[in-house]
Amino acid sequence: MAFKLDSKIPAGALAEKWSNHKAAIKVVSPANKRKLDIIVVGTGLGGASAAASLGEMGYNVKVFCIQDSPRRAHSIAAQGGINAAKNYQNDNDSVYRLFYDTIKGGDYRAREANVYRLAEVSNAIIDQCVAQGVPFAREYGGLLANRSFGGAQVSRTFYARGQTGQQLLLGAYAALNKEIANGSVKCYTRHEMLDVVVENGEACGIIARNLVTGKLERFGAHAVVIASGGYGNVFFLSTNAMASNGSAAFQCYRKGAGFANPCFTQIHPTCIPIHGTQQSKLTLMSESLRNDGRIWVPKKMEDVEALRAGKIQPSQIAEEDRDYYLERRYPAFGNLVPRDVASRAAKERCDAGYGVNETGLAVFLDFKTAIERLGKDVIKARYGNLFDMYKEITDVSPYEQPMQIFPAVHYTMGGIWVDYNLMTTIPGLYAIGEANFSDHGANRLGASALMQGLADGYFVLPYTIGDYLSAKIQAPKVDTTTKAFDEAEKGVQEKIEKLFAIKGKQSVDDIHKRLGHIMWDNVGMARTKESLEKAIVEIQALRKEFWSDLKLVGTADSFNVELEKALRLADFLELGELMARDALQREESCGGHFRSEHQTEEGEALRHDDKFAYAAVWEYKGMDEAPEMTKEALDYEFTHRAQRNYKN
Amino acid sequence: MNFKLKIWRQKDAKSKGEFKTYEVTNIASDTSFLEMMDILNNDLVHKGEEPVAFDHDCREGICGMCSMHINGHAHGPETAVTTCQLYMRKFKDGETITIEPWRSAAFPVIKDLVVDRSAYDKILQAGGFISVRTGSVVDANCIPISNADAEESMDAAACVGCGACAATCKNGSAMLFVAARVSSLAKLPQGRVEGARRAKAMVAKMDELGFGNCTNTGACQAECPKSISITHIARLNREFLAAKLKD
Repeated sequence: MAFKLDSKIPAGALAEKWSNHKAAIKVVSPANKRKLDIIVVGTGLGGASAAASLGEMGYNVKVFCIQDSPRRAHSIAAQGGINAAKNYQNDNDSVYRLFYDTIKGGDYRAREANVYRLAEVSNAIIDQCVAQGVPFAREYGGLLANRSFGGAQVSRTFYARGQTGQQLLLGAYAALNKEIANGSVKCYTRHEMLDVVVENGEACGIIARNLVTGKLERFGAHAVVIASGGYGNVFFLSTNAMASNGSAAFQCYRKGAGFANPCFTQIHPTCIPIHGTQQSKLTLMSESLRNDGRIWVPKKMEDVEALRAGKIQPSQIAEEDRDYYLERRYPAFGNLVPRDVASRAAKERCDAGYGVNETGLAVFLDFKTAIERLGKDVIKARYGNLFDMYKEITDVSPYEQPMQIFPAVHYTMGGIWVDYNLMTTIPGLYAIGEANFSDHGANRLGASALMQGLADGYFVLPYTIGDYLSAKIQAPKVDTTTKAFDEAEKGVQEKIEKLFAIKGKQSVDDIHKRLGHIMWDNVGMARTKESLEKAIVEIQALRKEFWSDLKLVGTADSFNVELEKALRLADFLELGELMARDALQREESCGGHFRSEHQTEEGEALRHDDKFAYAAVWEYKGMDEAPEMTKEALDYEFTHRAQRNYKN
Repeated sequence: MNFKLKIWRQKDAKSKGEFKTYEVTNIASDTSFLEMMDILNNDLVHKGEEPVAFDHDCREGICGMCSMHINGHAHGPETAVTTCQLYMRKFKDGETITIEPWRSAAFPVIKDLVVDRSAYDKILQAGGFISVRTGSVVDANCIPISNADAEESMDAAACVGCGACAATCKNGSAMLFVAARVSSLAKLPQGRVEGARRAKAMVAKMDELGFGNCTNTGACQAECPKSISITHIARLNREFLAAKLKD
């Protein structure tokens, strides 16, 4: 049965849709809010801001995080900044321009109405964060400072050194703490959602595992909000935190929620290159570095060879022998092209043999020109903590030699399908932040993830959820002893027992690393029909191996990290296949999804709007069954879909 | 490189713990400390033994989750880094490395190297926030803040809440952690309104949760992976005294 997708986009002019919608949707009175329970899964920017705002409004909120404190969520690691259309720099920025840059940056694969709303509420986010005490960077006159990010020709990014995500999360976490102290929010730390409970077609609770005791616990609510982030760790190596996973979202998919555009993965251009085989994760170097850093490789092959042999240092290569390939190919945006474009350009140079380290998989990000122009002190003030981090990891000082960088998996634009109200195909189940699919299309612009997480959590969901809950004001507390809860808990219990019963030879990490290689080699920066078909076969085989040869130690009823990892990997082994299937059906290139068969003469992504201007929404049919795809047409009423151009 | 690891193993909060010795071999010098632990754990799994439980997540020094006492130092011998940012090239080949959990009465061990730091959350819940509702705020540029104040606030706000300060302090005091939050908000006009209440409530909660008193040894500052300065403790003391005088 295919989905009947209703995006619920309000009628009217683009700029009036959100206002009209807010006026039209129902609200819940304060007396009734007290009677309603909401579960929020995740405490990153989306989850923490939503839980805090809903608590303030008077709902009873239960919020869950897998770490020991809400403040650990991976939003904390976002470095560069957050976009808003304030136009404080007087560079002709506006809500429309932020909307347009975002929709163009996403290569015209996002919904116009959602993206416009995102741009519209962006300014309120900055006001909110300042009021909470977020110490954004300031000019000497005391007003807020901005910097530039990729895909934009204005300066609209607000920042707190290289720790913007940390400061915004601490703001949302503080708001959450205020509500926890107030008694409106109850926080469950070291708890992992292992299933969503659906009764009479509506979400009514979750099954969570207490990660300290190992006990399975039941929680009921009138609505469930998934804010569990992205699934980039399917690649094993990514910039995501070690515990970041796709399992909460995947359980929703298994229970009937549509999963949209799973193949849209962001490969971030500026990460520290892979070294050796013992690496556990990749470290991002903020996109903000591209404000002042220039990306290059040598023009001459003899210089490349001398670099690899350690005979010369990069700083010894003369200016005229350097190929600043982004400035050469994209004069208008230069080093500030969007991430997908910068990543592919780096891959193109490395594939041509110009990669600058021993693996041939690295390019330079150089601050020489900026240090000469601005002085070392200014560069230190702007990027000091990032330079220090780079030196800790590589033992090389970016003040003296250029950084070496290479693309790495960073963010997933795909996610749970949601309508304009952020509700999934299961009534009462919502998805916000990176966990949903709605705003970034096929490529997310830098400094827009923080914007979306906080937009959803502070300003969108708290209003739209009332429209659904207004029909629940007579509903009693959810009974967690029903058959639906029994079955959900039993399902989780059996899955855990099954994992322990395998008693095979390979550890979780052994198998996860192999999955990562399959994904990176075949579903990575460039994909072909052959590579994707190969990936599907290989992942299916690896999944069989997992379920027949996994070695799991410890017990289910105790603190057991191996079990946590095994449960997450079981889902990644299905999610990886879904990503490959989605990439296979999308026979075009757009944003971060690059099908080598579909490119322009100059090697740019070639979209086919006549055939693929839709979101692909997948429906689960079973672990070894092919999922079914339904299309949500993306009609562009207000913007002209053009070939993206960052050259002039 | 090869190492001998003396690691604290403890089954759960109720059991008695002990040191156990393990060996790891063929570790590349650019392997991080936690990657070395991953390698040990993968070996243990293959041998059918339970891996060493330790807290970690972002592995880029910002989430504050990692929390090991290495060779007698919180986050190891390097200054101004978290455990996840420590690399094996900083150790000698063949060295014996001792790894323990945080040792603090307020942070009970959950398992092996994992401790319960929920006391830090409770301190912040007592007052580490500005009471502002979503949406009921003025335009961001209506609150001008001098560059110097914003920078000083940011210096304090860099705290990652890892617990190294309390775990290092001979009195088990959480003053640096509390001071970082109080000071960060005290430097901003938005935070002034509730300043007195905040300082008193957070200090009272810290005392209630069993953290000790500060005797200005400065050990916390030396071990803090984010180099938070004890000048923030001086500011907390001023805030606290001023608040008490108003009572």
